[in-house]
Amino acid sequence: MKTDIILCGVGGQGILTIATIIGEAALADDLYIKQAEVHGMSQRGGDVQSMLRLSSDPIFSDLVPTGSADVIISMEPMEALRYVRYLKPDGWVITSSAPLVNIPNYPDAEALSAELSRQPHVIALDIERLAKENAVPRSSNVILLGAAAHALGLGLDKLEAAVRRVFERKGDAVVEANVKALTVGKEAAVC
Amino acid sequence: MVNEKRLLLLGDEAIAQGAIDAGLSGVYAYPGTPSTEITEYIQKNAVARERGLHSQWCTNEKTAMEAALGMSFMGKRAMVCMKHVGLNVCADPFVNSAMTGVGGGLVVVVADDPSMHSSQDEQDSRFYAKFAMIPTLEPSSQQEAYDMMAAAFDYSERQQLPVLLRVTTRMAHSRAVVRVVDEARGENPINYDAEAANWVLLPANARRRNDKVTAQQPQLEADAAVSDYNSLEATFQDAGTKSALGIIASGIAYNYVREVFAAHPGTACPLLKISQYPLPKELVRRLMNQCERVLIVEEGQPFIEEQVRGVSDITAILGRLTGELPRTGELTPDIVAQALGIDVRQAATPDVVAARPPQLCQGCGHRDVYAALNEVLREFDHPRVFGDIGCYTLGFLPPFRAIHSCVDMGASITMAKGAADAGQWPAVAVIGDSTFTHSGMTGLLDAVNEGADITVIISDNLTTAMTGGQDSAGTSKYEAICRGLGVDEEHLHVVVPLPKNIPEITRIIREEINYHGVSVIIPRRECIQTFKRHSKEKKA
Repeated sequence: MKTDIILCGVGGQGILTIATIIGEAALADDLYIKQAEVHGMSQRGGDVQSMLRLSSDPIFSDLVPTGSADVIISMEPMEALRYVRYLKPDGWVITSSAPLVNIPNYPDAEALSAELSRQPHVIALDIERLAKENAVPRSSNVILLGAAAHALGLGLDKLEAAVRRVFERKGDAVVEANVKALTVGKEAAVC
Repeated sequence: MVNEKRLLLLGDEAIAQGAIDAGLSGVYAYPGTPSTEITEYIQKNAVARERGLHSQWCTNEKTAMEAALGMSFMGKRAMVCMKHVGLNVCADPFVNSAMTGVGGGLVVVVADDPSMHSSQDEQDSRFYAKFAMIPTLEPSSQQEAYDMMAAAFDYSERQQLPVLLRVTTRMAHSRAVVRVVDEARGENPINYDAEAANWVLLPANARRRNDKVTAQQPQLEADAAVSDYNSLEATFQDAGTKSALGIIASGIAYNYVREVFAAHPGTACPLLKISQYPLPKELVRRLMNQCERVLIVEEGQPFIEEQVRGVSDITAILGRLTGELPRTGELTPDIVAQALGIDVRQAATPDVVAARPPQLCQGCGHRDVYAALNEVLREFDHPRVFGDIGCYTLGFLPPFRAIHSCVDMGASITMAKGAADAGQWPAVAVIGDSTFTHSGMTGLLDAVNEGADITVIISDNLTTAMTGGQDSAGTSKYEAICRGLGVDEEHLHVVVPLPKNIPEITRIIREEINYHGVSVIIPRRECIQTFKRHSKEKKA
C-alpha cells in the first residue's frame, strides 16, 4: 500500500486537522508515514499545503515528487489547481467548490471551474453548505475528508476510529458531529 | 535501549522528546520558524512539567545561549534552540562555549531555512560549527533526530564540548513515526567540579583552551569516520573497475537520493551518507577511490562540496558549484532526480492560478497602525519607515506598502537613527513588542543618548505573533522600559489601534514627527489570533 496526498488550502482553513486524522488512522494501521507541514509566515491568509505520504514500506523523502500524488484534498478550488502538477495522471482531486477570495486578482469563477473540470477525476463539493444542511457547521473539513476516503486506501471505519480519538478530548458532541461529517462527505462523493 | 512507544512526531518534536528522554534539565530559546515547536513541545510535556524542567521563552538567543551555558557549568544537561539567524545573535557565546567547554552536556539546535520560507537569508549553520571547532550532527530522519539527542548529550560530556544539531525546514516541520524509550533518563545532579580556569576566558586561559580544542579536532574527525550516523553504502564494482558515479549526501538530502534510487533503480550507485561532522575525510577518500566522479548533494550551502574540492578545479566533483544542482534553494526529489539524469517532466500550473501571498489578518491592530501612519506620511515628500521582523513586515505588501526596510531583529530603530544622522526627516521606526525587547532596547538607548530625531512605533500586540503567539518578554513593561532608557514622558504615548481611533493616532504621529527628538508611540491591542484563542479558552 502506498498513498501520496497533497493537502492544501488557505491559512486557517483547517488542513492540518485533516492531516492529523489521516496520520492517526495510518499510525493505528502500522503504516509508515511522512507528513511535511507548512508553519510560520505563510500561514497568514496565504496558500498553505501539507504533503502526506503513507506506505506499508519505508518512505524516504518527506516531499512528494511531481506527477506522483494519488490525491489532492483542497479546502479551496484555486488552491487545488496550484498543486495539480504533483498529481498522477489517474490521480483524484477532492476539493471544496467555494472560492475564498482574499486577493484582488482572484480568477473568474467560470474560468476556474472550467480549468477544474479539465482534471480527469474531480469531486468538487460545496462543503460549507453541506456542513450547514447537516447541522455540523464546524466540520466542513471533515466532510471533505469523508469525500476523499475512497482515494486514500484507508477504509472509512479506520478514519472514523481516528476521528473519535482525535476529537475525544473535546467531548462527545464534537466527536459525533465529526463522525457524522465523515459520513456526509463519503455519501456526497458517491452521488 | 528498549524502544517501546511509537509516536507520530514532527522533527522538532522528536528533538524535544529526545532531549527530555536524555535527561535534559532545561531548554532555552527565543521563538523562530522553523525551530519554535521544540520548546513548545517541552512546555506541554508531562515529564518535563513533573520534573520542573526550564522551558520558559528567553528574551533573545544570546540570553538563551548564555543561560544554557550556565546550566551546563553546574553539571546539568541544557539545550538551546533557535532558527539559523538566531545563531548570529548568540554567535559570541556560541563560539566561546567551545573555549569554556561544558560541564553537563550542551546541545545547540539550529534550524536552517533553505529557500527562506520564513527568513531573510539562507545561511548554513555548519560553517559556524566548523570555525567554532564544535562537532555537528545532522539527522536525516525524525527517528535519527530523536536518537541523536541522547548521543549528542553523551558526546558533549565525553568531549567536553558543545554539540551543534543542525536541521533544515523539512526535517523540522515534517512528521514521521518515531520509536521512543519508555522512561526518561534521570537529570544530572549539580556538580561543582568545573575547572575554574577553563571558564574564565582571560587570554592566558583561553590560549590554553584554544590549544586543547584544536588538538581535539583530529579525534572528532576520527569519531565521525566510525560514527553510526555516517555510512558508506556501496555496491562496489569488481576490483580494478570504478563506478561511473558516487554520491555524498548529508542530512535530509540523503532521503531524496534514496527516493530517486527506489523510483529509478538504474540510478543506484555507491552512496556516502554524512550526518556527523567534522567531515570524515577518510570516508570521502574511500568513496572517491571507487568512483570516477562524485556528486555532492547537501541541503543548504556547498559546505561539504567546498571542502572536498578545495582550491582545485577537478571535474570529478559535481554539485551546487558546478551546476548539477541549483546553487541556492532547498532540494526536492525532482531536483535530485534531474541531477542523476532522470528526465523530470513537470506539468505546468494552470494559468488561472493566482499568487496568494500571506497578509495581515483582518482585524489586526498593525493594520490600523499602518493606516494611520500612511495617512500622516502622505504629507511628506520623502518619508522613510524602517521596519523590523514580525507580522508587521507584511506592511511592505499592498495595500499598505508602508515600510522601506527590514533587515534583522531590532534594526528598525538603529537604522532610523542612522538615517536621521544622515539628515533624513521624517525617520520612523516600526517594531513589534517582542522584537523590541529582543534587540530594540539597546538601539533606543543610543538614540536617546544622542537626541536622535526619530519617531519609534512599538506596535504591541502582547505576544510574539508571527511564530504562533508565544509569550512576549516585555509585556506590561514597555512604558517603564522606555522611561528607564530616558525617553521623555511627554513624547511617550500609548494608543489603542482601532479604526475609530485613527484620527487620534494620526494626530499623535504628526505631532511627534514634528518634535525633533526621540518619541515613542505604543499602539497596544492584543493579537487577533491569540485573542480568539483566549476567548475560546475562557468559554471552555
